[in-house]
Amino acid sequence: MGYSLQFGAVWASFGNLLSGLALGLGLAVAAVACGTLIGLVAAFASVSSSRIARVLVGGYVMLIRNLPLLVLVLLVYFALPQLGIRFDKYESFIGALALYAGAYLTEVFRAGLVAVPKGVVEASRAIGLTWVQTNVWVVAPIMMRNALPSMGNTFIGMFKDSSIAAAIAVPELTFQARKINVDTFRVVETWLVASGLYIATCFAIAALLRRLERLFPKF
Amino acid sequence: MQPFLNQIWIARWPLWEGFLLTIEVASAAILFGTVLGCICGIQLVYGPAIIRIPFRVYVDVMRGTPVLVLILAAFYIPSVAGVNLSATQAGILALSLFAGAHIGELMRGALQAIPPGQAEAARSIGLTFPQTLAYVLLPQALRSALPPWINTGVELIKGSSLLSIIGVGELLLKTQEVIGRTFLTIEFYVFAGALYLLANIFLDQLGKAIERRVQGR
Repeated sequence: MGYSLQFGAVWASFGNLLSGLALGLGLAVAAVACGTLIGLVAAFASVSSSRIARVLVGGYVMLIRNLPLLVLVLLVYFALPQLGIRFDKYESFIGALALYAGAYLTEVFRAGLVAVPKGVVEASRAIGLTWVQTNVWVVAPIMMRNALPSMGNTFIGMFKDSSIAAAIAVPELTFQARKINVDTFRVVETWLVASGLYIATCFAIAALLRRLERLFPKF
Repeated sequence: MQPFLNQIWIARWPLWEGFLLTIEVASAAILFGTVLGCICGIQLVYGPAIIRIPFRVYVDVMRGTPVLVLILAAFYIPSVAGVNLSATQAGILALSLFAGAHIGELMRGALQAIPPGQAEAARSIGLTFPQTLAYVLLPQALRSALPPWINTGVELIKGSSLLSIIGVGELLLKTQEVIGRTFLTIEFYVFAGALYLLANIFLDQLGKAIERRVQGR
């Protein structure tokens, strides 16, 4: 025992931690944006009348939700080049995280779609909207409102999962913290500060999302 | 395909050991996490404010920190405090604390969903609080907490792959060692992925089977 906390070494590299935090947020935003596209397409496919589409989406969701993200990241970064498909580490990680987020968002959007009252769809068909118009102007907005809280949760989850990018040397927050840890041996301080940054950011995102939700009318 | 089959046969014992360690670590974490989570959930709902606050802080801190950061912190910090943990023990510690917070939160939800009239009824027929908990509240809470609890188990099996980063010889690290020797990158990562998939699907089906049993009272 007799360990005295000295944060000096960590504050000296605090800028690196902050840039790592920004990179992690950027990775999460990019992945959730791509994942939202995947999720929307997959969710509409999973409630469609096509059996093949439903089976494909079901398989994708089951596969991704039961695989560790780290295995997915390593597969994309180290294994795909063997097939001649090369991405740099940022693209690999965003791709893997987008696939991962896509599976969770598929479930989120699907739940949102199922919760749209049938009468609303029937009413918009009755006033002469086509199937596409019904889905774009009537179903999608209601679904989005239903899905918003879970989308927020998924985003926070993906921000936390951006820490796994450290495994392929993407210099986000965890990677920077490990570097400080190894350089200075201020073990406790480094992890306290890194955890503090993650927690503070998660709380800030959660608060922001709650405000965002209030902007949308409830159905 | 032939070289892959040969290599997998050569590497069968290390991979099997890794798979076993993955299952062991995940099982230990879900066990400790469940105990911790039940205590946590009960305190969050029925505890006095003075106890509720530290549990709330614990849950929020664990839920706001990435699992990898928890693992790295559990690996590095105890040694400074003079406690020597092996990498595996540190990993189990981190995953248990993580699981405890998540299970605590889902137990809180499950307990709060029970109508308050039931606890009042139990008190009015003369049950003490521990009896009320054991005979009235927990059986119902455990039933409704089962599906998310299984999800937490799946998260733990997936999370145990992160222990490869601190050098715990679980499935992913053993796979990486085999890849380092054979350069069969795609084949062995896909193989490891398939093992994780199988373990998780098995857990999922087990959960569904238990659910059917407890629902069909």
